[in-house]
Amino acid sequence: MSAQTIDSVADFVHPEPTDFFHKYVWSYDHKTVAKQYLWTSLIFLVLGGFLAMLIRWQIAYPGAPVPLLGALLKGRFIFDGNGAVSAEGYIQLASMHGLVMIFFVIIPLIVGAFGNFLIPLHIGSRDVAFPLLNALSYWLYFVAGLLILASFLVPLGPAASGWTNYPPLSDVAGANSPDIGMNLVMSAVFLAGFSSIFGGINFLVTIVKMRAPGMTWMRLPMTTWAQFVTAIFQVLATPMLAAAGAMLLFDRILHTSFFVPRGVMIGAAAAANTGGGYPLLWQHVFWFYAHPAVYILILPSMGFTSDILPAFARKPIFGQRAMIISLVAIMGLGFIVWGHHMFVSGLNPWMGMAFMISTIFIALPSGVKVFNWLGTIWGGSLRLEPPMLYALTFVAMFIVGGLSGIFMAATPVDVYIHDTYYVIAHFHYVVFGATLFSVFAATTYWFPKMFGREMNRTLNYVHWALSFIFFNLAFFPMHFLGEAGHMRRLMTSTGYEFLNPMAPWNEFITIAAFCLGASQIVFAYNFIHSVFFGKPAQPNPWEASTLEWTIPVPVPHYNYRTIPTVYRGPHEYSSPEAAPADWIAQDAPPRGNRAAH
Amino acid sequence: MFDPAAQDHHPTLSPAFHRERRDMRAMGMWLFLGSEVMFFTAFFAAYIVARSAAPGFVAMPLERGFGTLNTIVLLTSSLTMALAVLNSKRGERVKTGRYIALTFLLACVFLVVKGIEYAHHFEAGDFPSHDIFFGFYFLLTGFHGLHVLGGMITLAILWWRNRRGDFNKDYNDPIEIAGLYWHFVDLVWIFLFPALYLL
Repeated sequence: MSAQTIDSVADFVHPEPTDFFHKYVWSYDHKTVAKQYLWTSLIFLVLGGFLAMLIRWQIAYPGAPVPLLGALLKGRFIFDGNGAVSAEGYIQLASMHGLVMIFFVIIPLIVGAFGNFLIPLHIGSRDVAFPLLNALSYWLYFVAGLLILASFLVPLGPAASGWTNYPPLSDVAGANSPDIGMNLVMSAVFLAGFSSIFGGINFLVTIVKMRAPGMTWMRLPMTTWAQFVTAIFQVLATPMLAAAGAMLLFDRILHTSFFVPRGVMIGAAAAANTGGGYPLLWQHVFWFYAHPAVYILILPSMGFTSDILPAFARKPIFGQRAMIISLVAIMGLGFIVWGHHMFVSGLNPWMGMAFMISTIFIALPSGVKVFNWLGTIWGGSLRLEPPMLYALTFVAMFIVGGLSGIFMAATPVDVYIHDTYYVIAHFHYVVFGATLFSVFAATTYWFPKMFGREMNRTLNYVHWALSFIFFNLAFFPMHFLGEAGHMRRLMTSTGYEFLNPMAPWNEFITIAAFCLGASQIVFAYNFIHSVFFGKPAQPNPWEASTLEWTIPVPVPHYNYRTIPTVYRGPHEYSSPEAAPADWIAQDAPPRGNRAAH
Repeated sequence: MFDPAAQDHHPTLSPAFHRERRDMRAMGMWLFLGSEVMFFTAFFAAYIVARSAAPGFVAMPLERGFGTLNTIVLLTSSLTMALAVLNSKRGERVKTGRYIALTFLLACVFLVVKGIEYAHHFEAGDFPSHDIFFGFYFLLTGFHGLHVLGGMITLAILWWRNRRGDFNKDYNDPIEIAGLYWHFVDLVWIFLFPALYLL
């Protein structure tokens, strides 16, 4: 056969690898990189969940030895000589639970895994724009993950100043505070940040430059739109985290004083740093990144939901244009609201006022999205498949978490509930109730395309029901704890008289949390079993109209043998043009043009 | 259209392909530079806050001679880099190589001057921990220096690839993209110099 010529980047694809190393380790294929992200972040999800269980044990049964594990690891890691969680260990648990879940689970899961898998399929291309950079992103994240794991093994353990790492606690190395562990954690976050920046650059160029013919911006599936907006956050906000981390490491290793005020004492000795800096500066730089990061945690999930609801309501998304504009509006506003994390940090009250107003404005595009999701299912012929139930749960939980967010945006209310369990309830409703449920929705929805097999439907229903019930039992009462003044990161609530009446609630929450954790075994079993032994899947089990469902399973190495031409929007359901079926694929030529068939 | 299922692992890449890929790489580099701008902006913003409001902030006088010399060196290197890009587009392989080498040498000069300057600071006992000003001085110039070093590694690889004959009139985007990066490194210094040496 004569040599072929490639005239367009969209046509290009690396040859299919045949050796183990290039197939599974250093792979240029976006689908393999996505699966690498998926498996790694799921392992970290187990670790992060496990840390949460230890936190809950300590808060419900203060000072009681942890069953099994405590006896096994007496006096090591986070345990004291009796096998109970030590004071230092508790704050390390809380810090690492947050850091692991945000940087090593949620972002790699919804952006790294699903973004990588879906963007090229959704836009009709054969790979991302820079496959080598893609592999590099994953391996940077992997190395960062190793550093995080290593931080548990060094003397004095990992970070112990909350996931926000406020100085001077995070900044000045004392005799009993983790030194190497903290440096390892900051370096890990720094590397994970670069992985995220490179991923964002890759996605932006892919979406802008590699869309198939006819794939206009208004025909782009909502998942890819959400990934596009998220990628802008990643490219422009994450460098701020890198900068903040670099300054913190300077303070810790070279003893500069960017965040160290004058006269910091550790025990009886003065700190090695000369002082003169601002602890508040860290909060500004950190939250300038970390608030956009909060939207990195939720926007892709909004995208999944906006594609899954139409497929199971058999209706196009309600107000597609408004949905896109609200995504972009959330991004724009997301950059100017970071100060609402600092209402009680000593911010100028007038600044607080400005941040309060800009924050409350975010309720507007968020509200548009919620009402449009409701509009999408309104009058639809609902198919209550597992992905649909998870996606509906996303909407419901996002409403609860979103509304409690508005309470906290109001400065006068926030002064009272700041740093209490009310905040914990709020962001777990958003990150677990909304984001993680949307991950379940996305996993069950795209599983047939990803692995070419079906998940067990019954087990998915069981997992959904258990998770939904125990999630709400575990996290809703936290609102009451917060209103009663129960502070977060409090090792034991028994030492405070005003918190004693809340002790039964704490035990109740812990039992619900353990049940919630145990429910995930159902999903883990179903997932792993289905990957290897599931029933072979149909190419389009959900009768969905976006491009990825037009290709066979398992998806060929090159995705599309011929690059498709797109003629319609992403959600062509119940269109009269489709009769007698109720859906048309995005690349189906206009009817009436019989010559095209 | 290219059929990826055909058993043909060495398809020819047409000039149209190279043009399209150059645009994509340039866009990727511009986005990367956007994130770099945010990275240095965080440092500059922190420096402005410290300088304008930190109690007891004293701006130590730096040796302006070194700073001025390095500014001239870097500006010249931007010119030689631009000439390297220009010549690579004309397909002048030998000239391109010379200009890349010249840019590399100027970057060396910059780092040597910076090294002498650092040595003077250390002799005088002005370590990063000395006070906030020197903290920022070493933070800003240190990260800028790392970027210069990264640029030098890139230039060395490009010089070698150019010598090997990888580039021609149709395909020279790595040189052009590296040029974008090099001008950015130069630009950061243009902000650093007045902020640290002249104010």
